[in-house]
Amino acid sequence: MEASKEVLLNIKNLHKNFGDRGVLKGIDLVLHKGEVLVILGPSGCGKSTLLRCVNGLEKTNQGDIIFQGKSIYDKDIKMREIRQKIGMVFQSYDLFAHMTVIENILLGPMKSQKREKEEVLALARMLLEKVGLGDRENSYPRELSGGQKQRVAIVRSLCMNPDIILFDEVTAALDPEMVREVLEVILNLAKQGMTMMIVTHEMNFAKSVADRIIFMDEGVIVEESSPTEFFENPKTERAKQFLNKFEY
Amino acid sequence: MQSLGPKVIIDNLPLLLDGLGNTLLIAFISMIISIATGFLFGILRTSKNKLLKLITDIYLEAFRIVPIMVWLFIMYFFVPRALGISVSGEFAAITIFVMWGTAEMGDIVRGALESLPKSQLEAGLSVGLSRSQLFIYIQLPQAIKRIVPGAISLSTRMIKTTSLVVLIGVIDIIKRGQQVIERTKEAFWIYGFLFVVFFIICYPLSISSKKLEEKWAN
Amino acid sequence: MNFEFIQKVIPMYVKAAYVTLYVGFLGIMLAVIIGLICCFISYFRVKGLNRIIKIYIELSRNTPLLVQIFFLYFGLPQLGLKLSGTVCGVIGLGFLGGSYFSESFRSGLEAVSKSQIETGLSIGLNRWQLIRYVILPQAFSISIPQIAANFIFLLKETSILAAIAIPELVFTAKTLIGLYYKTNEALLLLTAGYLVLILPFSIIFRILERRVRHAEFGS
Repeated sequence: MEASKEVLLNIKNLHKNFGDRGVLKGIDLVLHKGEVLVILGPSGCGKSTLLRCVNGLEKTNQGDIIFQGKSIYDKDIKMREIRQKIGMVFQSYDLFAHMTVIENILLGPMKSQKREKEEVLALARMLLEKVGLGDRENSYPRELSGGQKQRVAIVRSLCMNPDIILFDEVTAALDPEMVREVLEVILNLAKQGMTMMIVTHEMNFAKSVADRIIFMDEGVIVEESSPTEFFENPKTERAKQFLNKFEY
Repeated sequence: MQSLGPKVIIDNLPLLLDGLGNTLLIAFISMIISIATGFLFGILRTSKNKLLKLITDIYLEAFRIVPIMVWLFIMYFFVPRALGISVSGEFAAITIFVMWGTAEMGDIVRGALESLPKSQLEAGLSVGLSRSQLFIYIQLPQAIKRIVPGAISLSTRMIKTTSLVVLIGVIDIIKRGQQVIERTKEAFWIYGFLFVVFFIICYPLSISSKKLEEKWAN
Repeated sequence: MNFEFIQKVIPMYVKAAYVTLYVGFLGIMLAVIIGLICCFISYFRVKGLNRIIKIYIELSRNTPLLVQIFFLYFGLPQLGLKLSGTVCGVIGLGFLGGSYFSESFRSGLEAVSKSQIETGLSIGLNRWQLIRYVILPQAFSISIPQIAANFIFLLKETSILAAIAIPELVFTAKTLIGLYYKTNEALLLLTAGYLVLILPFSIIFRILERRVRHAEFGS
């Protein structure tokens, strides 16, 4: 699906330090509605930190993040209202261990968005069915495989009806045979026009899902291009080196 | 009567310190013996023998369920009559504290030994160590980091529990305090002083136990 | 062993057991309340109060209950504050147990992983909802073994209240020994009394612990 020209997210000159060490050193980035942005880069380049900043999980040192035309740091804006519109899926799935699948999914929509149970339940069941977990709504997280847990985590995020979802290396902790089932769910979301920012190490997946790729290293965006261009004809030396590591 | 205030403590300090000496001596002797017997008990408790496990479980539970106060009474009032011997309060106290200390120390030792990952033992076996070599070179050096903080914390419990010996007629620091109070009626200052004395003794121990535990956590 | 005597004094022990439970429960309730307050203050690092709580916890954990209650029962009247034995006993248990419960609750709270909290934030829960639906349920099940241990510990500590003449089990046994010299019978009933009181709790807690652990985290 072609991305519209409506700007959803605008990151301006973002800086983030851990102690003395700069992790993000001036990130500028625009994301349009319906666009799928994949962020690549070696570990420690700051890509996960960037996602965490967008969801307000990290305080930033300088710069601004404009979401739907308003700064998320604006005093009048409540971070948790922003978070209801920005979904996030983590590497460690982090289903709530003491709740069943369906309880995990209902918690956010019912408690923080105060939506009707029937409506959310119907949506949740529909989405669980779609990701192939229609029969597991009463299971506890410990009874699920890693791939199943991650699919539940994605459904949990989707049920909030977010305007954008952030995926932080969601397949990194999975056994290889479970990676596919999770990536397929994300690919389907892309086809439906969901706006997404994805940090991943799966190059083939990146190639097929991305509308645009940014390559980060040492806290800055080194390269920004279309997937075909990036994978077939990287402009910078650092990107070439990075891609070489994935070919054997 | 004119109140003496805190001066009562200074006036009677030698008497109080004499009682404190007795208190600490009982705790110290009990703890030293408990460490030795507790090690043996702890090793016994790691045994796979079901009967041995049951017996040691019951022994430990006996002290977890029946208060030390009651055990002191049994040792001081019942045992002498049953066996037709005479037992001093000090002897009764040390005997019970050692029996209790053995159980608790044993549980600390067992916990420490069992906390080691199985792979450590398997790695030891794979390089051809015998069971006793395994214990001396692999298990003990790693377990000791868990045992020491636990043992220190047990010794603070032991010192605090030693306060009970006054109830079976031992002349400890509390008894000395009571004697002073009988004479001077300065209960507030004397019990306040006892409170502070126990704190001054136990606090450094519990802090060092906590610090060591944190330091050796990984 | 004189069974006639045992039969005669059993009602006294039943009454004493009731006193033990009554004072014990009140003390434990006070300890839980103190523990909750202290735990929240130290978990959220409330300025000023946090320091006081730390001092209290160290004082409470590093002094014997016997000295604490002697101070309350014999020491305070000198300042004109006269409290009954039962009140002293309950306050003493609360003062002692408060620090134990506080530490147990706090270790449970701190064991809830940062990523579970972040996930809660990322679905837009507010601070209170996060505590109510994510942190507390998990912290509680982590703390259960310690809470149970504290409960039994404090119930046993009531035995020390005999020293300020609260007519609980130990005091009753001591009185009977003094009155009738029936040491064997008195001590047998005393030991049996604690077995009957504490063993059921010990067993119930063990089952509960296993069940909660299993329900929430498996294995």
